[in-house]
Amino acid sequence: MDAPSPRSKTEISGGAHATRQHDSAHKHVTGSADYIDDMPEPAGTLHGYLGLSDRAHAKITSLDLDAVRAADGVIAVLTAADVPGSNDISPSGRNDEPVLATGTVLFHGQPVFAVIAESREKARRAAKKAVFCYEDLPHVTDVRAAMDANYPLVTDPLKLERGDIEAGLAGSPRRLQGEMRIGGQDHFYLEGHIAFAIPGEDDEVTVWSSTQHPSEVQHMVAHALGTVSNAVTVQVRRMGGGFGGKETQSNQFAAIAAIAAKKLNRAVKIRPDRDDDMIITGKRHDFVVDYDVGYDDSGVIHALDASFAARCGFSSDLSGPVTDRALFHADNCYFYQDVRLVSKPMMTNTVSNTAFRGFGGPQGMLGGERIIEEIAYALGRDPLEIRKANFYGGPGRDITPYHQTVKDNIIARVVEELETSSDYQARRAGIIAFNETSPVVRRGIALTPVKFGISFTATWYNQAGALVHVYQDGSIHLNHGGTEMGQGLNTKVAQVLAEEFQVDLDTIRITATTTGKVPNTSATAASSGTDLNGMAAANAAQQIKTRLVAFAAEKFNIPEDQVAFEPNHVRVGNELMPFGDFIKLAYQERVQLSAAGFYKTPDIHWDRASGKGRPFYYFAYGAAVSEVSVDTLTGEYQVDRVDVLHDAGKSLNPALDIGQIEGAFVQGMGWLTTEELWWDDKGRLRTHAPSTYKIPLASDRPKIFNVKLADWAENREPTIRRSKAVGEPPFMLPISVLEALGMAVASIADYQVSPQLDAPATPERVLMAVERLKAMVTEAYVSGEDEADA
Amino acid sequence: MAHRTSIRFLLNDRTVELSGFAPDLTLLDWLRIDRRLTGTKEGCAEGDCGACTVLVGRLDNGILSYESVNACIRFVGSLDASHVVTVEHLNRPDGTLSAVQQAMVDNHGSQCGFCTPGIVASLHGLWLSDPEPAESDIERALQGNLCRCTGYEPIIKAAIAAAKTIPTEDNDRLVASYGATIEALTGFADGARVTVESERGTTFLPADVDDLAELYAAHPEATIVAGSTDVGLWVTKHMREIAPVIFIGHLEGLKQISLDETGVTLGAGVSYTAARGALVAAFPQLAELWDRIGGEQVRNMGTVGGNIANGSPIGDTPPPLIALNATVTLRRGAERRTLPLEAFFIEYGKQDRQPGEFVESVSVPALEDDVFFATYKISKRRDEDISALCAAFHVTLDDEGMVASARIAFGGMAGTPKRASATEAMLTGQPWNWDTIQAARTALAEDYQPLSDWRASAEYRMLSAQNLMIRFFLETCGAPARIERHPAMAEA
Repeated sequence: MDAPSPRSKTEISGGAHATRQHDSAHKHVTGSADYIDDMPEPAGTLHGYLGLSDRAHAKITSLDLDAVRAADGVIAVLTAADVPGSNDISPSGRNDEPVLATGTVLFHGQPVFAVIAESREKARRAAKKAVFCYEDLPHVTDVRAAMDANYPLVTDPLKLERGDIEAGLAGSPRRLQGEMRIGGQDHFYLEGHIAFAIPGEDDEVTVWSSTQHPSEVQHMVAHALGTVSNAVTVQVRRMGGGFGGKETQSNQFAAIAAIAAKKLNRAVKIRPDRDDDMIITGKRHDFVVDYDVGYDDSGVIHALDASFAARCGFSSDLSGPVTDRALFHADNCYFYQDVRLVSKPMMTNTVSNTAFRGFGGPQGMLGGERIIEEIAYALGRDPLEIRKANFYGGPGRDITPYHQTVKDNIIARVVEELETSSDYQARRAGIIAFNETSPVVRRGIALTPVKFGISFTATWYNQAGALVHVYQDGSIHLNHGGTEMGQGLNTKVAQVLAEEFQVDLDTIRITATTTGKVPNTSATAASSGTDLNGMAAANAAQQIKTRLVAFAAEKFNIPEDQVAFEPNHVRVGNELMPFGDFIKLAYQERVQLSAAGFYKTPDIHWDRASGKGRPFYYFAYGAAVSEVSVDTLTGEYQVDRVDVLHDAGKSLNPALDIGQIEGAFVQGMGWLTTEELWWDDKGRLRTHAPSTYKIPLASDRPKIFNVKLADWAENREPTIRRSKAVGEPPFMLPISVLEALGMAVASIADYQVSPQLDAPATPERVLMAVERLKAMVTEAYVSGEDEADA
Repeated sequence: MAHRTSIRFLLNDRTVELSGFAPDLTLLDWLRIDRRLTGTKEGCAEGDCGACTVLVGRLDNGILSYESVNACIRFVGSLDASHVVTVEHLNRPDGTLSAVQQAMVDNHGSQCGFCTPGIVASLHGLWLSDPEPAESDIERALQGNLCRCTGYEPIIKAAIAAAKTIPTEDNDRLVASYGATIEALTGFADGARVTVESERGTTFLPADVDDLAELYAAHPEATIVAGSTDVGLWVTKHMREIAPVIFIGHLEGLKQISLDETGVTLGAGVSYTAARGALVAAFPQLAELWDRIGGEQVRNMGTVGGNIANGSPIGDTPPPLIALNATVTLRRGAERRTLPLEAFFIEYGKQDRQPGEFVESVSVPALEDDVFFATYKISKRRDEDISALCAAFHVTLDDEGMVASARIAFGGMAGTPKRASATEAMLTGQPWNWDTIQAARTALAEDYQPLSDWRASAEYRMLSAQNLMIRFFLETCGAPARIERHPAMAEA
């Protein structure tokens, strides 16, 4: 740090709104950032591995584990009977998710037993030696098939309704119906699930878990052990990616590791192989959207009746709130006069689907955008015109289907600026001209907007805590309830703290998230990490500052308003003291230099039964223009150019926010293009490794990729330094890629037929859509009804 | 012939002598568990995600070069006389960040950080070997590295920024120790046969190709491992027992490449990376396909010989090699036989290879003038994906413009890489025009009854195979018939 010259610096290094590297960047690039599997193991550490069912739905008539027990290096084999507490890790409280299955298995790959052995390899080899006997039961993996088979719902559905849907539809000048299928998505965090449990005295246990939700892991471990939460400490320094996949899915591994550790009184680590991780853990929900929309000749939507059915898997997990959020985002940026939206959280014999960046919002929004696209092609117009015609705005056109008023709407300005900066209109005209003379390669372009609601819809989750210590030398210890999974949360919260104390960022040490320091935390999810934990940390700092100010005023006999925190110094009257010196003095005068901060989001409420309320504190906005090329012989394509303008409010760290936007875009593009989950007729997931499940590569990223923050944006609500959440909203920007692919396909029929491209638009789906339109053109040509060129 | 019972190699700045290790011990497990070098991560254990990427340096005719490899599917037994470099050894001699590491930090190239050590290793390899990489070169170097957080944009920027620094003794440890490393590796290469016994079986490193022939004839039950890009997964995914193992990746005698006017001959141990220059010189049409086989790490490890010997119906090299009329030479003991490559593939899972017999080389005759030849790969994701189907067309016309001969081969359409004999017969003698191509598309349905799986449906496989005939025809007419990679990509 600088020498203590009072005027040497006018600004701190790394305060709020400054671009700063991720706090662990140096450690990432040198391989010295420790993930749980990198931690030194206590002597005698054992390793667990899970034994899985190989039926999609069956009664286990017998399970012979003798060969497993007898295998080399095996110390113990655990089944449901070894769970000392409750054999349940259901995060919904519906008691529908066992730690280890017993009696009936409900999906192919459900964990049934655990082997604990001297090494991971020995445990894994031993797990293969189990002999199962089953009585097969009928199974269903597909959403539509589940509906047809009258499979149950895993949780209560939601209905959002406003206006008179029957009259609205009946009175609309035009009407269309359709179905869209939307695929799921594996998180493919690079670090798979892992839990490392170290037994303590009495009923105590410490679990290192790669989790976004340490408090829930703590509660689940206690529940499964049959003890209370104060016996369990859960810690995580960082995850190698989460994306929602570690919100509830860590519970199982943590619970089993803890059970084994307590039973054997040895440290136990469980880390599944990538294939097993993908088979055992839930994913983004697949959806089937059925819609019936009434609109007019100008493309304005009058009425929308839609249902959103989801592949939830065998248990409820988070499917209730996920399918709720799908409905909350089916409107995206558009006002529906009369509307009815219903969710159908379908049970299926597949892994229980879970949180994934956007949490159902992307699927809801994609359904809404498909409807816009259908209207545009039905009217022969640019979908962008239809979008603009339906934007929220003006009196009577600002109420959502859940009866929240949209007060902070900036989408028109975002879209207008992007349309200009990307030269959208000229490029679209150029593409249409290109397509007229290009027999094989066709191009497409699309501009799609995003409006995403920020807050947990489980209102009580919107709270956070932080623990801040200032030590005698002026160094600061920061702990908060959020977890670091790469998003730079720790960096941003530390910047907030640096700004509060007016000290350089490197004064602050970020420490591992632990339930022992900040209790009752919410999942780091719903994009809320910085909003909530930044506020809690600021609150802690303010408490300490208040004490310091009172102390200084008394000590130096000056009014409190003459005590000020200035860059790396504290001004006391006319004297400027180095921060460290001031703190030392405060310590000697017995000022408490530690505080627990707290924050809860104000002004939000939600009544699920009536479907009314203000579930979201504010909305984040953005828009993207994507341009693609499609090979109409094979369905292959590439993304040629993407322009993004996104609203992160008054950004706390522009570099980190742009990183979130670029990353979310490519991840969302993967969801809509090459990432395909494929179950076979036995109910086996066959895309369970990177060899078969294809996330985007460097060479898939848009060849020109212009990402800008709306630098004029500012949160109208008093969020942390007027910033906005940025984790999830940009995930939906690549809906523009899917629609651009659709336009290239639609060129086959002169843009007169909706391409109805389902997701993911693999080369195969693109080619089949091309074929569908080619056949329609040929048919029209043969019957002489249309002169669309072939 | 000298004998040893241990292998010797360099790990970062240490010499390692190892004996008693299992033949299926992976480099990644050894680094992380035995050596506690935990910077190298396990992401998938199948050579697809690149989190485990390390550099392996080898001497080739006295020249030391470093290649990125997947530690997760690389066996320790294959490392004799090499230099293994992990992320812990990539910073500068004075301990500060390397050019690549600093550029990654400056450009925000890491988020969760789990893929980062592997990406740093891949980019370090590129930085050492290519002073002015085009964006397409960077993308190619990163084909085997998945990142789920960043969207890659900052990583590409970091690679471009790093290239502004030239590797020197002062800024790079590997360059600084170049002379000492060459000396050490030269000293390790004593031409001995290595036999390592362990509880889990025996590892053999034959002294030379003749020794391999002798060893394999004596141990026909052994697993021959060249690049381990396939056998590695037998271990990490299927936990198959593979002992005894005969490693052949080190054998100079299997790394011979000959290129002349008659064609190209590749020893069975030539990696995809090593083969590229000669093959693309003789057959420029192979360039695009070649760069889409696996990722860079897999191309650095995997061999054309292995791609043939494993008999996969979806290997990328057999279709073009069959269309090009390649032959394969097999050897057992001192006996050799040569057969057309297409005859080697008998049916799914069965090749014409006797116990103790191994693939020694592949020969590809040069293209005659006026041959139309093209090969196309269709996959769900463009790069680092396994073919849904792979097509190769080889057509010659007579003076009247009639088809004089047609050799068409597909992968992914049958249980083996297979020629389209009905289509070929239909084409022969016909005029090379649109109507003929339409008829050939119909004929293709007689040749293949493809399967549906997670890579593609039977319908898509057939339809796109038929459409590739159109692409081929259009391209022989000089008409544009596929997406051009973006101009920014055309620099390479």
